[in-house]
Amino acid sequence: MFSNFLIWFVIVPVIMMAGLACCGNDNMKAIRTVMVVCSTVLLGMSIWIVCEFLHLRAAGDTSEMLFTGSWMWYAPLNIHLAVGVDGISVLMLLLSAIIVFAGTFASWKINPLPKNFFLWFALLSTGVFGFFISIDMFTMFMFYEVALIPMYLLIGVWGTGRKEYSAMKLTLMLMGGSAFLMLGLLGIYWHSAPAGGEHTWNILQIAHNNSIDPSWQNLLFCFTFVGFGVLGAMFPFHTWSPDGHACAPTAVSMLHAGVLMKLGGYGCFRIAIYLLPSAAQELAWIFIILTGISIVYGAFSACVQTDLKYINAYSSVSHCGMVLFAILMLNKTAMTGGILQMLSHGLMTALFFALIGMIYGRTHTRDIREMGGLMPIMPYLGVCYMIAGFASLGLPGLSGFVAEMTIFFGAFQDSDIFHRIFVIAATTSIVITAVYILRVVGKLILGPVKDEHHRQLTDATWWERLSTVTLIACLAGIGFFPNWLNETIQNSFTPIINALNSAL
Amino acid sequence: MDYSQFGAMLPELIILGLFFIVFLVDTFTKDGEKKFLTPVTAILFALSTIAIWIIPASDQAIFGGMYVDTAACKVMKAILNIGVFIVFLQSAEWVRTDEIAIRKGEFYELILVTLFGMYLMISARHFLLFIIGLEAASLPLAALVAFNKKHYDSHEAAIKYILTAVFSSAILLMGISFVYAFSGGSLYFEDIRNAISVGAHSGLLICALAFVIAGIGFKLSLVPFHLWTADVYQGAPTAITSYLSVISKGSAAFAFFVIFVQVFGTLYSGLWEWMMYAVIIATITVGNLFAIRQKNMKRFMAFSSISQAGYIMLGVMTESAMGLGSMMFYIFVYIVSNLAAFGVISAVENKTGKLSMDDYDGFHKTNPRLSFAMTLAMFSLAGIPPFAGFFSKILIFTSVTAVDSMALYMLVLIALINTIISLYYYLLVVKAIWLKPGDAKIERFESDKCDRVAMCLCVSGIVFLGLVPYIYDYCIEVAPTAIATITTLL
Repeated sequence: MFSNFLIWFVIVPVIMMAGLACCGNDNMKAIRTVMVVCSTVLLGMSIWIVCEFLHLRAAGDTSEMLFTGSWMWYAPLNIHLAVGVDGISVLMLLLSAIIVFAGTFASWKINPLPKNFFLWFALLSTGVFGFFISIDMFTMFMFYEVALIPMYLLIGVWGTGRKEYSAMKLTLMLMGGSAFLMLGLLGIYWHSAPAGGEHTWNILQIAHNNSIDPSWQNLLFCFTFVGFGVLGAMFPFHTWSPDGHACAPTAVSMLHAGVLMKLGGYGCFRIAIYLLPSAAQELAWIFIILTGISIVYGAFSACVQTDLKYINAYSSVSHCGMVLFAILMLNKTAMTGGILQMLSHGLMTALFFALIGMIYGRTHTRDIREMGGLMPIMPYLGVCYMIAGFASLGLPGLSGFVAEMTIFFGAFQDSDIFHRIFVIAATTSIVITAVYILRVVGKLILGPVKDEHHRQLTDATWWERLSTVTLIACLAGIGFFPNWLNETIQNSFTPIINALNSAL
Repeated sequence: MDYSQFGAMLPELIILGLFFIVFLVDTFTKDGEKKFLTPVTAILFALSTIAIWIIPASDQAIFGGMYVDTAACKVMKAILNIGVFIVFLQSAEWVRTDEIAIRKGEFYELILVTLFGMYLMISARHFLLFIIGLEAASLPLAALVAFNKKHYDSHEAAIKYILTAVFSSAILLMGISFVYAFSGGSLYFEDIRNAISVGAHSGLLICALAFVIAGIGFKLSLVPFHLWTADVYQGAPTAITSYLSVISKGSAAFAFFVIFVQVFGTLYSGLWEWMMYAVIIATITVGNLFAIRQKNMKRFMAFSSISQAGYIMLGVMTESAMGLGSMMFYIFVYIVSNLAAFGVISAVENKTGKLSMDDYDGFHKTNPRLSFAMTLAMFSLAGIPPFAGFFSKILIFTSVTAVDSMALYMLVLIALINTIISLYYYLLVVKAIWLKPGDAKIERFESDKCDRVAMCLCVSGIVFLGLVPYIYDYCIEVAPTAIATITTLL
C-alpha cells in the first residue's frame, strides 16, 4: 500500500498533524518548521507527480488513470481505498500544494492558538488531497467532508467580523449540500452494476458498467450536481460564500476559495457528468441557467461592495460559476477551459486574499472608502494587487485570459439559441469584472492617500514576498505556456466525452 | 431436566456470578473499608467482558427454544459490556463521594442485575423470557435513578420512570396476550411466526403489533413514547443517565430487531414497516428539533439520544443481516461517542457542579484536553469524518438503501436532512467551548484517574472504530445468526 506514490499525499499531511501535535502550544519556531517542511515536501511531491505523469503519457501509457491502487476497506459493502490520477487531478494536486505552501507563509504570525490553527489547517489539506487522489466514491465523499468541517473552527475561532454566524452558515449549507450528495452517491452505488453483478463504488468501474437506469439518472444527477454545486457556489446556493470568505482568516480564505471551491467543480464532472451522462445531456439546461445567473449576478454584486473581501468573494462566485458553466457545455474545449479556469481562479483568488490579508494587517480596515494611494506607501503589495487584478479581468499573458477564451470558444460550439443567449450573457461578465477590478485598483492602489496614518506603514516582509511570488509565478506560467496544460487536460476528457456521446 | 443446558447461558452465568461476588464482598466488609469494591468490580468486570468476547458461541437453542446462544447475541452482549465497563470507570469518582460511598455496593449490584436482564432480552426467543428480561432491566433502573437520595430531582425522575415503565410494560403485556390468543396458546417466536404466516390476519394482530411497538418503543424512547426521557435524564445521577442512554437503548434496539424480523416479519406484507416508518421520522425530527433549545447539558443529551435512537431504528427497516450488522456497529459507535460526552459532563459536574451549556463558554482555556474530547464526541455524534460516527451513519444508510424501494430512499433523505439539524446543535457545544470570547466559567481542574482511562478508551474508539474496518466486518459476519430461524439450532 505504501509503495503507491499517491497515498503519500494523504500520509504527509497526517504526519504534519502528528508533528504539530508534538509541538509545544506556543512554540512558534517548531510549529513553523513542521509546516514549512511538510508543505515544501508536498509541493515537491506534486511537481514530481506532474512530471512523472507527463513522462508516462509521453511514453505511450494511455490508460485512463495512472498510479492506480486499490485496497479493500469495508469488505461487506465493497468499499475500497482506491486511488488514481489523470491529467486533471494531477493539476489539482499541484494547485492544492501551491496554495497550502503559500497559505503557510501567509499565516506566519497567526494568533491566538497557533498550534490548533495549523492542526485544523492540516486536516483541511488532508481532505483536499485525499479528494483529488480518490477514485472510489466513498473515500472521495469522506475526504470531501473532512475538508469541510475544519472550516467551522478555522473561521469561528480565528476569523474576523460576524464570524460565529458566518461559520455556522457556511458549515450548515455545505453539509446540507453533502447530505444530498450522499443520497446521490448511495443511489449510484446501488445501481452501479447490472442485475446480479457486484455493486461498486469505483468510479471507473461504474462508468464502464454504465448500468444506471435513465429515469434514476435524472434524480441522481440533480442530487449530485446540487450537492457539489453548493460548494461550487452555484446560484442560489452561493450565499455562504461571501460571508464565509469575508470572515475567514487569510490562509483559510486562500485555501477555501483557491482549492475547496474547486472540489465542487471537480466533483460535478467527475461524478455527476461522467457517471450519469444521459441525465447530463437531458438536464444540463437547468443548471446552465443557474450558473449563468451566478456569473452575472456575482459580477454585479462585486461592483457595489465596499469591503475588499466581499468584492473578492462575489468575484469568486462569478468565476466559479464560470467553471460550472463551462463543464455544463459538455464539449471538450469548454470543459478544458473550465479546468484552466479552476487553476487560474484558484491561484488568482488565493493571491487576492493573501494581499487583502496583508493590507488589512497593516491598515486594520478593509473598507475601500477609508484607504487610498497605497502604491507609494507599499509599492510591492500595490504592484502585486494590480497583477492579481489583471489576471482576474483576463489580461493576455496571465492565466485568466487563457481560461476564459477557451471557455467561450468551446461554449460557442453549441449553436442553438438557448446556448447562444446564455453564452452571450456570460461574456458580459468580462466587462463587469473589468469595472469592479479597475474601480478597486483606482481607489485603493492609485489615487490620493486617504489616511495620513497610513504613511508610516511598511512594505511586505520576506515571508509575504515568498508567498506572493510563488502565486504570481504560477499565474504568469499558465498565461505564457498554456499549451502543455491544455494537452494534459484534454486527453483526460476523452472518456467523459465518449460517455456523453454514447448517451445521446 | 438436563442441567448441562445451562452451559449455553455462559454470559448470563458470568454476570450472575459477578453479582454474587460483589454482593458478598459488599455484605462482609465494614462501611469504612469499601475502598476495594470499585477496583474489584471493575477488574472482574473487565475480565468477564474479555471472557464473553473470547468464548465462542455454542450456537445452541435451549429450554425448547426459549433461549438461544448465537454469535450475534454474544457480540451484542460484549459490546454492551464494554459500555458498562466505561460507565463503571466514569462513575468511580461519583461513588466515592460521602453520600454514595456507603451504598456503592448497591450501585454495582443493581447495574449488574439490569445487565443480566438485558442479556436475557437479547437472547430470548420466547415472550415470557423476554418479559422477565425486560422487567429485570427496567425496575432496578428506577432504584438507580433515585440513587441521589437527597435530591428531589432524582426522586421525581424515579417516580416518572417507574410509572411510565410499568405502564408501558402493561401495554406490552396486553399486546403479547393478544398474540397468545392468536397463535393458539404459544409464546415461542417461532410458533407465532408460523401462525401469522398461515393464519388469517385480524384486527387483534394489528393491535398487538401497535402495543408491542409502544412497549419496546418506551425503552428506546421513540417518539411518541419519549416523554419521560428528558426529565428522567435530567434528574438521574449522571452516571445513571449515561447508562440509560446507551446500554439500555442498545439492548432494546437489538431485541426490537429480533422480535420484528422474526415474529412479525410476514404480517400483512410489512404492515409494521409503515408504522415504524412514521415512528422513525417522528423520532429523528422531534429529537433534533427539541435538542436545539436545550440549555441543560443532560436534557440536551437526552434529546440528542432520542434522535440517535431513530437512526439506530433505521437498521430495523432493512430486515436484513446487513442491516442488523450495521445497527450493531452503530450502537457500538454510539456507546463510545455518547459516553465520551457524558464523561466530560460528569467530570465537570463532579468538580464544579455546573451543568448548563453556557457554563462551557471558553472551556478550552482551562481544560484543553476535556474540550478536545468533547469536540471529538460531538463531531462523532454528528457524523463528521474521519470519526467513527460518520462511518456508522453512512453504513446504516447504505444498508437501508440496499432494499430497492423509493420509500426507504426518501426515508434516508429525511434522515440525512436531519443530520444537518443535528450538526447545528452539536456545533453549538463546540461553539461554546471554542468560539465564545471572555474568560472560562469553569476553573481548571485535574480529572480523576479512572475518568482519564475511560476518556482514553472512548476517544480511541471514536478515532479508530471507523478507520479500522474489522469490527464492522465482524458484526456483518455474525449478524446472520440472529436472523436464522431457530429450527436450525434445535
